Amino acid sequence: MDLTYSPDEEAFRAEVRGWMEANVPSSPLPSFDASREGFEAHRDWERKLAEGRWGMVTWPREYGGRGLDLMRWLIFEEEYWRAGAPLRVNQNGIFLLGPTLMEFGTAEQKARFLPKMASGDEIWAQAWSEPQAGSDLASVRASARRDGDHYVLTGHKIWSSRAVFADWAFGLFRTDPASERHKGLSLIFFPLDAPGVRLQPIAQIDGETGFAEIFLEEARVPVFNRLGDEGQGWKICMATAGFERGLMLRSPARFQMAAKRLVELYHAHEDECGMETRAAVMRSFMDAEAYTLSIYQTASRLMAGGTIGAEASTNKIFWSEMDIALHRTALSILGARAELVKTAPAASNESRWLDGYFFSLAGPIYAGSNEIQKNIIAERMLGLPRG
Amino acid sequence: MDFRFTDEQQMMADAVRSLLGDHCQPADLRRLMENGEPRDQARWQQIVELGLQGVLVPEESGGLGLGEADFILVAEACGYAGLPEPLVENAGVALPLLAGVARDPRAERLLESALEGAITVAVKHPQNPFIADADTAGAILTVSGGELYLCEPNDIELERQESIDPFRRLYSLADRPCPVAAIANVSDVAGDLGRALNRGALFASAQLLGIAQRAVDLAVAYAKERSQFGKPIGSYQAIKHLLAEAQVRIEFARPVVYAAAGGFDSTDIHSRARISHAKIAASMAADLACRTAVQVHGAMGYSWEVDVHFFLKRALALATWWGDERFHRERVAERVLSQPLGAEHAFAREANNA
Repeated sequence: MDLTYSPDEEAFRAEVRGWMEANVPSSPLPSFDASREGFEAHRDWERKLAEGRWGMVTWPREYGGRGLDLMRWLIFEEEYWRAGAPLRVNQNGIFLLGPTLMEFGTAEQKARFLPKMASGDEIWAQAWSEPQAGSDLASVRASARRDGDHYVLTGHKIWSSRAVFADWAFGLFRTDPASERHKGLSLIFFPLDAPGVRLQPIAQIDGETGFAEIFLEEARVPVFNRLGDEGQGWKICMATAGFERGLMLRSPARFQMAAKRLVELYHAHEDECGMETRAAVMRSFMDAEAYTLSIYQTASRLMAGGTIGAEASTNKIFWSEMDIALHRTALSILGARAELVKTAPAASNESRWLDGYFFSLAGPIYAGSNEIQKNIIAERMLGLPRG
Repeated sequence: MDFRFTDEQQMMADAVRSLLGDHCQPADLRRLMENGEPRDQARWQQIVELGLQGVLVPEESGGLGLGEADFILVAEACGYAGLPEPLVENAGVALPLLAGVARDPRAERLLESALEGAITVAVKHPQNPFIADADTAGAILTVSGGELYLCEPNDIELERQESIDPFRRLYSLADRPCPVAAIANVSDVAGDLGRALNRGALFASAQLLGIAQRAVDLAVAYAKERSQFGKPIGSYQAIKHLLAEAQVRIEFARPVVYAAAGGFDSTDIHSRARISHAKIAASMAADLACRTAVQVHGAMGYSWEVDVHFFLKRALALATWWGDERFHRERVAERVLSQPLGAEHAFAREANNA
């Protein structure tokens, strides 16, 4: 066990820090879920990252990456969050679909999709859930009917994050109409501006349109857009979900920075806080550290040839619960000021805690609800019988 | 940066796990409890033969000169087995402390005897109100009135303090130790006593981690076996979710305990905070896991017959031994409120920030 960074790792950190300090926008970009303008500002940031070859450092060079290991990815993320760089508008692409494409895609598919994903030229949305297929994802009904070298997509997808402004979506479709449940599903990509694709934005709890319904009315896409074999969709989809819940989607640095801001808030209001609040602040710090150490431990194992399994589900539960607790503590420190929205005359910069709190409430729901994760842990880690 | 244990570290822990798997099952614990002996001599002899007494004692003092990361998995395995004998405190805390303070022939002779496994050493540390396993110890290090004493059984009178844990043998000293046994002024050995506290807390957290996993494992085994409404209770989400929640706590205590061992340095504020974090996280995991195990066992869980209570009681005892939650939270607060925070400081050292 060696819990120190090597000189090479330190040099890499310095390189990232230097680039971030020179390039991160000095004021926050407008939300990518609230307007086309905010979305495009984030796309421009992705392009800038790509120019510095920082889009996805773990990817091979030919797809726009640097071919670096997971330790360097963690260091990159630490510096990214330290610098206060914008949220990644293409997270569905680079963190979820990208690694899955790398594993299951053909050489032609990788060459077609990965470089444009890394460069921000194509921003991705996910299209998994349907109105009657949420936690029970295997009950999807949207169909892909084969017609020569095309699929004809028909169905109704919902809760598609980023779909309002994104360019492409990947979704789960039934390619075998006679199939049931997990069988006969395929993962297929479709452009969101294709004929037969209609979008209906959905206002979120905070009023922004971070997700949408997608109505597919005989949209035609080439068979080339199918990832993996026909009928292999469920397996690929679970691999994607593993990346999402596992390492990529929520890097520890995000929570360490949130814990840092919470401690600063506590410092500013220490006189008004009791022991209970002090304990909650320390708890948030410790939880962010614990999550970080767990991810470093997993990264070490993966670099030595290990795999990530059901323990990815423990990550998802831990960070989502931590995020809520952290924001609740911040709101309790703010007291009666907590309810003010950003635009209220008496609001200060502290009002962003309220936005963060609302966003944290989505954590236990998306990427597979925490109840589903607990089933996975119980059945696959602990070996309890299926219900 | 590499978070993995070495093959040697894994092998040492495997040897202990295997021995305890053979000789420290709940039936063995019950037999010991019923015959009232202070320890299982045959088992202790086998533990002694593993030769781990001097694991943390420097080579120049006759030990193996290894580090905390080399012993952490062993301590975890002892927790998992509910081991009554003092392998963890003797090898993990008392012997390195004695080696650090032994400066006269008598102390050196006692250390030598302890390294051979002929005697164990117990510690009355200012952090703890009592001495564990004092009755079986051949030497006791105790702090009193600014002096550190090295007492032998004839020097002192012990008073038993019954613990709820049937295997914890707690004592207080009836009288002030005789002055001839003083070996150092406390101010001269403050560093040694600080290291002992940090090792005590670290290895208690490793034991708590083992206890937590044992409690979950016992409950999982029962939930697969016990049927109600025509199905194993473990197939119901109400039971699954309780156990999954306990397992989540364990998963996020374990890397903290391992990192605390890997970066152990009782003179560094970051390291001390991490040890304290480990103690808090492992205590909370053990508390939740043991209470969950009682609940999953239903009425059986409240019975003497089911083994869960051994682990519940050990968890309760170790949660406050070598510093309770409040003590350790303030050590975390000391780091949080005085040192830089943020994503790049997870593995920071005070010296690097100077």
